[in-house]
Amino acid sequence: MIATVSKPKQSRLTEILAHASGDKRFKILEAHMKKHQFKQDALIEVLHKAQELFGYLEDDLLLFIGYKLKLPASRVYGVATFYHFFTLKPKGHHTCVVCLGTACYVKGADKVLAAIEDQAKIKAGETTRDNQLSLLTARCIGACGIAPAVVYDGTVTPRQTAQSALEHLKGWIGHDH
Amino acid sequence: MIIDDLIEIATKERASRKKFTIRCCMAAGCMSSNSEAVKKGLETAVKEAGLDELVEVRGVGCMRLCCQGPLVQVDPAGALYERVAPEDAASVVGTVKGGQTQAQRGDPNSPFFTGQFSIVLANSGCVDPERIDSYIAADGYKALHEVLREMTPKEVVDEIIKSGLRGRGGAGFPTGLKWGTVAKTENSHKYVICNADEGDPGAFMDRSVLESDPHSVLEGMAIAAYAVGAAQGFIYVRAEYPLAISRLQTAIKQAKERGLLGSGIFESPFTFNIDLRIGAGAFVCGEETALMMSVEGKRGTPRPRPPFPAESGLWGCPTLINNVETFANVPSIVRKGADWFASIGTEKSKGTKVFALAGNITNTGLIEVPMGTSLRQIVENMGGGAPDGGSIKAVQTGGPSGGCIPAASLDTPVDYESLAKLGSIMGSGGMIVMDDTTRMVDVARFFMEFCMDESCGKCVPCRAGTVQMYHLLSKILARKATAVDLRKLEELCDMVRNTSLCGLGQTAPNPVLSTLRFFRNEYLELLGPEVHGPNGEANATPS
Repeated sequence: MIATVSKPKQSRLTEILAHASGDKRFKILEAHMKKHQFKQDALIEVLHKAQELFGYLEDDLLLFIGYKLKLPASRVYGVATFYHFFTLKPKGHHTCVVCLGTACYVKGADKVLAAIEDQAKIKAGETTRDNQLSLLTARCIGACGIAPAVVYDGTVTPRQTAQSALEHLKGWIGHDH
Repeated sequence: MIIDDLIEIATKERASRKKFTIRCCMAAGCMSSNSEAVKKGLETAVKEAGLDELVEVRGVGCMRLCCQGPLVQVDPAGALYERVAPEDAASVVGTVKGGQTQAQRGDPNSPFFTGQFSIVLANSGCVDPERIDSYIAADGYKALHEVLREMTPKEVVDEIIKSGLRGRGGAGFPTGLKWGTVAKTENSHKYVICNADEGDPGAFMDRSVLESDPHSVLEGMAIAAYAVGAAQGFIYVRAEYPLAISRLQTAIKQAKERGLLGSGIFESPFTFNIDLRIGAGAFVCGEETALMMSVEGKRGTPRPRPPFPAESGLWGCPTLINNVETFANVPSIVRKGADWFASIGTEKSKGTKVFALAGNITNTGLIEVPMGTSLRQIVENMGGGAPDGGSIKAVQTGGPSGGCIPAASLDTPVDYESLAKLGSIMGSGGMIVMDDTTRMVDVARFFMEFCMDESCGKCVPCRAGTVQMYHLLSKILARKATAVDLRKLEELCDMVRNTSLCGLGQTAPNPVLSTLRFFRNEYLELLGPEVHGPNGEANATPS
């Protein structure tokens, strides 16, 4: 029984390692693990790097990290799914993060989000069908002095309204319908 | 590095100062309003006007009035400019030669600035956070030298106890007592952790301190490490703060190069290293036991205490965990003395507290005031009250663990005990002002949704209780609830508060309880009539 279970698992790992040897990004990731001396407590740092390189954490990538750090796949998967920052699904070309911290909320961030959801026809946490835009929310980005704030592709933009947000997203949404 | 080197660096740095200094805020708030382009514009303008010898353009940390960013100040005239655009740069530089500028003038003598008392933020907005020499010129690392060369670890702990400093992360545990406990444990491995996982929505003090004055935190940690006998430190900082992370990385690198971190600091046997740990977006990791799990690279779930981290923490070793602001207070206490620090504030809450003022208020930004300052002074006098003539309804402190203080209680002095009496907490220092357009039941549900999403799922009261409370609050807001639901909500609050494993669950009902206490009418207005079943029993759901 054990042999029949472990065999396909073993062959999958071989496949992943073969695939990894031809991909430069895996080499960069391995160098990063080496920097941390393949220490198991560096798992979160390694996952950060992996997501930075690949954009998201697919199963094979998690298995690769587990193999290199000598950690069970369950532990790697458990950590990757515990933290909100890690995503196991690919993101769109553009990202739009609406801050829903308290200060932004009392200044009308919920209305900004509703307007974007309405226009892009997706809910927060989803990506448009044409893969152009991922709409996300944040718990608080600490930009409370300029609330409500929205982060477009990594750029924090102050004092947003439904209108200014939609203006900003022009060109990112509305191609698939 | 010896003290003479330190003095030499400071003297050189001070001597290199020019006649005019133009300070430009380079903290996250102003940077998102394009202050980087403003700084570049100022530098170019200085060069073009041939004023290189006379004018220094310095990128500094938070200048506090975030809502009016980007902020620029021209010294020694002390002229403050608000919402400066890159196009204004040339004319702002021109003012040193007596020229005029169209840039909007700010008033550095307004109550917002004059009401402040700076200890933690003393360097914020003055030193360049990306250059260690700038910090050294402001007496930086002098306290570390004094501690290493002239004090025993026990004397350091005693000094902190005498100062009356209490934890600035929210709970207000006496810092010196914590240090003393770790110092007393006999273990060859000890750790110091700086909790920079500022997860409370609406709080940005720690981010500002890290971005504006990272070396004061490093120095505070090094002093703490010497006092408790640790050789390794970690700073656990949120991934949502990329600028703070990069400034910390720069600061640690520079401190190592100068020999102020590493082995044999100031030619003493003391060795101390600091590593950064980047969080990954889990609010519960602000809880100390969950944070340590995360530093170890595991799922950030809390564990029961005792044993407290001071006895068994990171990898089972005694660990000192303090908040960013707590560490940032330490160098000043050592430099100026415990008596000086203890003379500020109230009887039980010493020193100052930094608050992040935000929400429906005219002046949003950072303020630092002595403990015991009244909420009214902060909100109405310094904050300028609600914008557009609206009236303030409540002030929310402590984030999802805190409560809403009604306008009628604005004369409450801000200290740990007074806020607790009102059912709120000091928290890490987020202060959100709500005006009469805010519906309090909505606010309670907002926080409950937050706690529901952020519950780690380890213990049942928090995992299931927050979901039930959220549904009850939604039901009330949808006007489908009755008095029975309200009673059930109150029972649940009591249960979750008393049986949850960690602070997240124990304090999750606070926003509901405090809004029920002060704004019960808003709940009652939303309730429908009670429907009775065939046997006369009250039914929760009207048909």
